Amino acid sequence: MNRVYLDYNATTPVEPEVLDAMLPYFSGEFGNASSIHTFGQKARAAVETAREHVAALIGARPQDIFFTSGGTESDNHAIFGIVSSSVATSASSTGKPHVITTFVEHEAVLNTCQALEKQGVDVTYLHVDQDGLIDLEDLQAALRKETTLITIMHANNELGTVQPLEEVGRIAEQADVYFHTDAVQSAGKIPIDVNQLHLDLLSLSGHKLYAPKGIGALYVRGGTLLKQLLYGGHHQRGMRPGTENVAGIVGFGKAAEIARHALANDAKRLSALRDQLEHGLLHRVPQSRINGGRAPRTPNTANLVFPGVEGEALLIALDLKGLACSTGAACSSGAVEPSHVLTAIGLPAEEARASLRFSLGRHTTQADIDFALRVVPAAVAQLRQLSPTYREVAKTT
Amino acid sequence: MTTATQFDSLPVEAATRPGLVAVAMSGGVDSSTVAALLLQQGRPVVGLTMQLWNQRRLPELQGDGPAQHRCCSLDDVYDAKAVARHLNFPHYVVNFEDQFESRVVRPFVDQYLAGRTPIACANCNTDVKFEPLLRMARQIGAERLATGHYARIRKNEETGRYELLRALDDTKDQSYFLWGLSQEQLSRSEFPLGELTKEEVRSLARRVNLPVAEKPDSMELCFVPNGNYVQFIDAYSRERGVPLKDAEGEILNEDGEIIGHHHGVHNFTIGQRRGLGFAAGKPLYVLSIDPERNRVVVGEDDALRKQTFEVHGVNWISIAPPSGAIRATVKIRHKHEPAPATVEPLDETRARITFDTRQRAITPGQAAVFYDGDRVFAGAWIR
Repeated sequence: MNRVYLDYNATTPVEPEVLDAMLPYFSGEFGNASSIHTFGQKARAAVETAREHVAALIGARPQDIFFTSGGTESDNHAIFGIVSSSVATSASSTGKPHVITTFVEHEAVLNTCQALEKQGVDVTYLHVDQDGLIDLEDLQAALRKETTLITIMHANNELGTVQPLEEVGRIAEQADVYFHTDAVQSAGKIPIDVNQLHLDLLSLSGHKLYAPKGIGALYVRGGTLLKQLLYGGHHQRGMRPGTENVAGIVGFGKAAEIARHALANDAKRLSALRDQLEHGLLHRVPQSRINGGRAPRTPNTANLVFPGVEGEALLIALDLKGLACSTGAACSSGAVEPSHVLTAIGLPAEEARASLRFSLGRHTTQADIDFALRVVPAAVAQLRQLSPTYREVAKTT
Repeated sequence: MTTATQFDSLPVEAATRPGLVAVAMSGGVDSSTVAALLLQQGRPVVGLTMQLWNQRRLPELQGDGPAQHRCCSLDDVYDAKAVARHLNFPHYVVNFEDQFESRVVRPFVDQYLAGRTPIACANCNTDVKFEPLLRMARQIGAERLATGHYARIRKNEETGRYELLRALDDTKDQSYFLWGLSQEQLSRSEFPLGELTKEEVRSLARRVNLPVAEKPDSMELCFVPNGNYVQFIDAYSRERGVPLKDAEGEILNEDGEIIGHHHGVHNFTIGQRRGLGFAAGKPLYVLSIDPERNRVVVGEDDALRKQTFEVHGVNWISIAPPSGAIRATVKIRHKHEPAPATVEPLDETRARITFDTRQRAITPGQAAVFYDGDRVFAGAWIR
């Protein structure tokens, strides 16, 4: 069966060039990058070249890039690391440390913040408007003298909405508060410059930008007081011990290099295809609406609500017809959980459940969009025919 | 202004594969074998496993041991996936936690608190498996839903009705839990195990090397750890924000004399002997429960036996609602041997049942299912 993949925000395929770059480092060039001999030096050189490419993608200095196992580790490291070092350095101050984040973060940030709360840290979760954007005045108002960290995602994984990080960064700088962003969904899709955005920390994940799974990075601005998360050897300046995943790092570097050059073209092409998909669905599926459509967005993400439809059933129906997309977040059993992001933008539960995300990528073609425009409206119609609630919806609108 | 007819005119693509059957897979040997059987018949299959209950809820019930094999545990979901992988057909886990809680768990707790003895499995069949799950099966392009129930469905060409029949294996028969199915639900359902014995199912599972071939049968309510439903009701009520007061009440004998005290009517079911909290000369049994006055009446075994009772919510299956009284054998609990009786319809949904001989412990909240030999005439709730 011909299968069309419109779930690039979940993960991306490793680019053939990336795979080619990695392959030698599994067996031929197998050295430990920390070894002094020539085997080690070859691996070290490859790692450092990759670090330069990753740094270049976000306008950072290579020495400020630390490779991790992925976005989740980077987020954990940034948040735990800043808070624990602030606790360690301000032992005299009485107030509890305070962190500001949002209701629409990825679970890697949300659940880390919840873990901090259990340890006695105060966390403020900023609300978002119906397009998923925070209000800068809310942020300003949430600041306290105990605030040690602002962590606000760059682009949202479900909606694609891009937060006004430059303004956030300016506020953080004026308040002298560390500023972290989870840029897992924006890197490679829109330009990022850590200096322009006044960022102190930034999380990246390889597999969202055509590198393999299991490799990520944390950017840490020089001079930032960050406690390490893992304890071990002296790898990566002691900040992130553990023998470097050389092949993964090389792949990440290659993917970052490609992304930097392809970004502008990809963005132009994908936003045109995405707009075509959205307009086509809005036109062909009565009562459908775009979630988060009025905010600045990543060029590849479309999130639509199809009232009267159970998104989970639609997802399965589409998969059986060969179209892969997504709804909500998978829980440990693989079942779909209601999306906290869609709830946060004010969608009632039944509309949150009736929403679907399509995310395009470098290999998405016009034919893929044509296929989606053929099967999605038909599947929605079929589901609505069998829906006990749809006729009600049709009546009331 | 949009109407549904506009969509009807759209070119709906034919379901991926004609004749697609969805199999409701719990991860147990029965439903897994159903999938294997259908595939052997050359039919296209999609597996659906319901996520019904978050096992991390009510942590105080978890005890020391690991979560045993219950139908909502992650292990069972993984087992279902392993079977689908082994037999190579598409499989999805679908989230029905909300429906399960509102249609099964909450009514279960409410019934116990109202002094009744509910059957959660019957509600789950009628209101979850053969309702939203069957609908989802059809929405994803399946024509029918197959389950691992031991029962049979047959279309009577003369009457045009779908009939529900007992399983050939009498010891496994589950028709008692399926009496609530409508004609529409029966017409879309399949019970491929209805003609098989449990041993035949196991040996079939072994023959195709199902990873769950030796998995023990589940015996308990899937959402109640260790079968301790009293503890569950306590914990659930606490979570719901209406903790049960220590609802101490009186235990009376048939003459109305107070002979003891209890800690809440949800601890009792009609006919129960153990746990009355005191020793009596003769064996005493719960005769009736009065939740309003928080009283439990006990007496001797003979007082438990009754001839006549009323039912509500009657669902007629193999015959249209009759105009007058009919003869049937009536089963009043899962392990009850159906006994001859006269069933007299009172109105469209109520009926009076008179056994030929008195039966022990006719329990409000349980179901009465009327049989004509192997055929299920109808079923209803005991008032």
